[in-house]
Amino acid sequence: MAGVAQVSRRMTVANPRRSFLRKTFGKSELWRGVIAIVVFLCFWEIGARSEKLFGYAFPYFGLLPPPTDVALAWSKVLVKWGYWESWYQSFQRVLLGFIAAQIVGIPFGLLLAVNRYFREIFFPPFEVLRPIPPLAWVPASLIFWPTNELSIAFVTFLGAFFTIVINVLGGARTIDVRFLRAAQSMGASQWDLFWRIVLPGTLPSIFTGAAVGMGITWEVVVAAEMISGGGTQGSGGLGFFIWNSYMGGSLPQIVVGMISIGIAGYLSSSAIRMIGNRAMPWRHLF
Amino acid sequence: MQEAIDIMDFPDSTAGADAISGRVDLKSVSKAYGEEWERQEVITNLNLEITPGALTVVVGPSGCGKTTLVNLIAGFETPDSGEILLDGRAITGPSKDRMVVFQETALIPWQTAYENVVFGPKLRGELARDALRQKAEGLLAKVGLAEFMHKYPLQLSGGMQRRAELARALINQPQIMIMDEPFRGLDAMSRGLMQEFFLRLFEENQRTNLFVTSEIDEAIFLADRLVVLSNRPAKLRAIIDIHLPRPRRYQMLSSPEAFRYKRQALEILHQEAMRSFRGSQAVYSASGR
Ligand SMILES: Nc1ncnc2c1ncn2[C@@H]1O[C@H](COP(=O)(O)OP(=O)(O)OP(=O)(O)O)[C@@H](O)[C@H]1O
Ligand SMILES: [Mg+2]
Repeated sequence: MAGVAQVSRRMTVANPRRSFLRKTFGKSELWRGVIAIVVFLCFWEIGARSEKLFGYAFPYFGLLPPPTDVALAWSKVLVKWGYWESWYQSFQRVLLGFIAAQIVGIPFGLLLAVNRYFREIFFPPFEVLRPIPPLAWVPASLIFWPTNELSIAFVTFLGAFFTIVINVLGGARTIDVRFLRAAQSMGASQWDLFWRIVLPGTLPSIFTGAAVGMGITWEVVVAAEMISGGGTQGSGGLGFFIWNSYMGGSLPQIVVGMISIGIAGYLSSSAIRMIGNRAMPWRHLF
Repeated sequence: MQEAIDIMDFPDSTAGADAISGRVDLKSVSKAYGEEWERQEVITNLNLEITPGALTVVVGPSGCGKTTLVNLIAGFETPDSGEILLDGRAITGPSKDRMVVFQETALIPWQTAYENVVFGPKLRGELARDALRQKAEGLLAKVGLAEFMHKYPLQLSGGMQRRAELARALINQPQIMIMDEPFRGLDAMSRGLMQEFFLRLFEENQRTNLFVTSEIDEAIFLADRLVVLSNRPAKLRAIIDIHLPRPRRYQMLSSPEAFRYKRQALEILHQEAMRSFRGSQAVYSASGR
């Protein structure tokens, strides 16, 4: 019995680097995920090569470039500066739009939540504008804004803004009145209530809004890059990378672009989750 | 747990002149909820005096308006008519004079037990940092949470949450402590423990206390005065003075005296239950059956 306790303790106190590796690679869910991806890739490979292998092309799969070709194309672009510049440009746009949306959206949502008059004035127009899809703003913003870059930024901003505001508003409005009352009877002013109860109580919704908003931002950026990048000013980015590959007729490279966006989106949402866990230590106790 | 209680003593427990403050007077208080067309009287013309330095327990049928009464005294709600006085001054809103331990836990989830406890004094800037820390740690130890003070509420058991909440209320040195069914939802075992624990705290301090419950045994075990309310709308049905000796022991509940009190209270509650039953029957037959 004592032996068991000792062993298990030694495992948890092991040198932090080791235990990090163990935590990351010792998880069975990680390996399940890896196996699932490998199996999927095998199917894809066989499907894509079905014409040669079986003399008959599988529907849909038969038209795809096989993953080996994609990997080959990828290894070619990996060493090219242009590919990484596309990453950089898209990330820059996403971050710009996203951060701007946070900076404007969080205070706006909180104001809507705490001030009745503000809500009565600004909520109706907000609700009318909200259902308009971000991409429907593209033509108008291309006309309004002096440069392509600014119009992309604006559309990206809109994509995240509405989601963020709705989440913040909803989160702040559903804070339990018990906390407000408890704080109030201990002498909290309106200011204290806002900073110590409303704001931390809204954090979970802020991060939900950020995660969803981040997804929308990537969608919008890529679409906007395809639309505007196809024009006169070559504005780059991963969207343009795909578009360019399409124009050049390189199927494997299109897939490279798509997967790159998938990875970029995953990295972004992981970052948000990580910051969220840091900011809300009371949320991941289990 | 017991031990921890006896060792520590309260800096503010010295029975001075202000130990007998905390008298609450309700003068023909009424409260109704809902819009005009579906107005629902919850408290009607209630006159009640909460004796300073005593433990007043309020019992009444479920839904009769006990929590509403608590909200009124705490200042979270205002009466439609009548007035509520604390030591002769009208109550205008929530204040640290009247701390409430709620029916459900109201510990702030994003603060640890310790942060919850120091929340009030820190906001008001009353104490120097070291003094505050010492006091908070002492209180938390007293309620048996010394090892848990840096845990978040979600990491504490139900009973621990209740005790943390008690500590949070006590550090504010209220004139009156208001407890709204604080032990509801605890299992019988920890409920019994919490009751004894709470009694020791009270008997040590003799702070004015208003304790709401729907458990008659709990009521008699704790009370100096037992206030029985009627069905909704809540009216005063009876006040029973409980003359069981202090310090109370759980065994006293099986004494003939306690039994008498219990029968007395149950009789009234039974009448109330019958009346509401008959009331609903009348509605039933009026609806054409
Ligand atoms: N904010 C509110 N708005 C409308 N009606 C309310 C409100 N608060 C309470 N009520 C009504 O007042 C009545 C009494 O409620 P209250 O919570 O005071 O009862 P209670 O005696 O505490 O019940 P319980 O023993 O179940 O806790 C109920 O019928 C309830 O529907
Ligand atoms: Mg209640």
